[in-house]
Amino acid sequence: MATTSTQPVFIALQANNDTMPIIEAIRQDNPNAVVHEYPAMVKIDCPGRLVIKRTSVEEHLGRDFDLREIQINMISIAGNVDESEDEFTLEWKTA
Amino acid sequence: MAAEGNAKPAKKLSLKENYALLTRGLGWEPSYEKQEEIFRNISFEGIKIHDWEKWEDPFRLTMDAYWKYQGEKERKLYAIVDAFQQNNGQFNVTDARYVQALKIFINGITELEYDSHRGFSMLAREFPGVGPRIAAQMQSLDELRHATTQIHTISQYAKYFTGMNEFPYQFDRAWYLSIPKSFFEDAVTSGPFEFIVAISFAFEYVLTNLAFMPWMSGAAFNGDMATVSFGFSAQSDEARHMTLGIEVIKFLLEQDPANVPLVQKWIDKWFWRGYRLLSLLATMMDYMLPKRVMAWNEAWEIYYEQNGGALFADLARYGIKPPTRAPETIAEKGLVAHQMWSVFYANRDAVGFQMWLPSEEEMDWMSEKYPDTFDKYYRPRYEYWREMEKAGTPFKNTTLPQLCQVCQWPCLFTEPNDPTTLSLRETEYKGETFHMCSDGCKDIFDDTPEKFVHAWLPVHQIYQGNCFLPDVDPTAPGFNPMYEALRYMGIKPGVDGGDFKGSADATNWEKWTSRPANIHEGAYTDAVRDTGNQSDVARKAV
Repeated sequence: MATTSTQPVFIALQANNDTMPIIEAIRQDNPNAVVHEYPAMVKIDCPGRLVIKRTSVEEHLGRDFDLREIQINMISIAGNVDESEDEFTLEWKTA
Repeated sequence: MAAEGNAKPAKKLSLKENYALLTRGLGWEPSYEKQEEIFRNISFEGIKIHDWEKWEDPFRLTMDAYWKYQGEKERKLYAIVDAFQQNNGQFNVTDARYVQALKIFINGITELEYDSHRGFSMLAREFPGVGPRIAAQMQSLDELRHATTQIHTISQYAKYFTGMNEFPYQFDRAWYLSIPKSFFEDAVTSGPFEFIVAISFAFEYVLTNLAFMPWMSGAAFNGDMATVSFGFSAQSDEARHMTLGIEVIKFLLEQDPANVPLVQKWIDKWFWRGYRLLSLLATMMDYMLPKRVMAWNEAWEIYYEQNGGALFADLARYGIKPPTRAPETIAEKGLVAHQMWSVFYANRDAVGFQMWLPSEEEMDWMSEKYPDTFDKYYRPRYEYWREMEKAGTPFKNTTLPQLCQVCQWPCLFTEPNDPTTLSLRETEYKGETFHMCSDGCKDIFDDTPEKFVHAWLPVHQIYQGNCFLPDVDPTAPGFNPMYEALRYMGIKPGVDGGDFKGSADATNWEKWTSRPANIHEGAYTDAVRDTGNQSDVARKAV
């Protein structure tokens, strides 16, 4: 799954109580992620690849989480998307 | 019951299996009609598709989940809209200048959502592949939702402010609204593949972040709880649409090498068309947000140069290059917002929103954000115009501007690398001369002149006398063609547009909120409470 690209992917989420555990999970699982805070919006850039893991979100949220719930608070994304029960991934394939 | 007791519970399907059954599994092979009779519009553009099954759906969103999550989004949004209306939220924005931007939104942008709903309904019918048909169907419903939520939300503002109550009528008639209208009608009258590359990829994937992320964040920053809520609710659908955009590009490029030059041509065309359309957002961001989040040139750097750069680096493996006219957009990023504001200011009596000159505070901000261009080219112009206002001889255009045959903007732009020379291009076609604002628009005209010679250019139509209501008699004494043309467009002359200072919106704002209609200039009227500010003290003393 490793990509050689270092081009930035991003996800932008509404800044609200629903997204705090998601943002924490992203920080935990993507050490290179950079979180930019704007009014009402959080934009998270990451070189090459960014992953959101269901188990990490559940850990921060304290309940079961369906990754499709991200749809409710997602503002925008950049990168190729792959989604399964366990992971939501954004990735650029080539440098 | 024994029989049921022996049955094993069905194994829970994985997301991907569930998705496959509820999308691909819904398709069928026709038996009594030929495939090509059912899908008649998919071959004339020259795109070659060998296997629709190769279409990848990145989001595993089935129709049942779609309704569930969309329902949740709507409940959230309407709870906020209710709270906004019950709490007089329309008076909690920074000042009444901000509201002028909402007039542009409801009159010029909401209708694009509706056109998009129509366009994606057609795609959902025209594509033979099940995956893209379902994605197009969902998007068609999303776009209808965007139009209705925007209308509902902004209707609260329309009760208190001018210029928002004639939006579908204005969209079809107001001269500057032919810019968004002609953009989308160009797309929707293309073939299905050009439409999806135009809207899903070039517009939504490459460009709309630029509009909606900083703009909506700016709406939040200026206290507009309602607009940011419909904006971000719509954007949560846009993230899915953008993914459709990138998937469609990859699918077309992987299906046949012959598709590459066609896709490249459409990317070049629609990147430029979309960029020209969004230049409107440049001036809305820099001039119409009393409290600003970022400048247009910064947004262009983040969302096109950096993020668009990453996208086109990824697509290079297919032989796709960045749009041909991208260098012009980068060269213009320090110019375009100021040039557009100047033209709207000069034509303020002919538009449906009110205009003002930027305050000292705003000009200082622009000097800081645009160090290479603002002080050199635009500050002296605004200072001169302010002197003219003070002298009681404010600058106004008394004629209508030359429009570009393609994008329908006034030819207001300069040569990308020379801000002191207007950019004007022309082409002869079948003995007639057509005018364009730029090389980007000239490329498009020259490629498909037959499509653009038919353009309904409002300024030409006004001068030809085609924009008057039936009750108008041009031979009557005192006939005022400008006044009558505005009436035809659904704009109330002297009410909806003109100077912000002294307008009904500015005066009512101060009366109803006791706060200045322009936070940078102090109060215009006595309705504003004395706050102890120097400007207020000075005004009361006079």
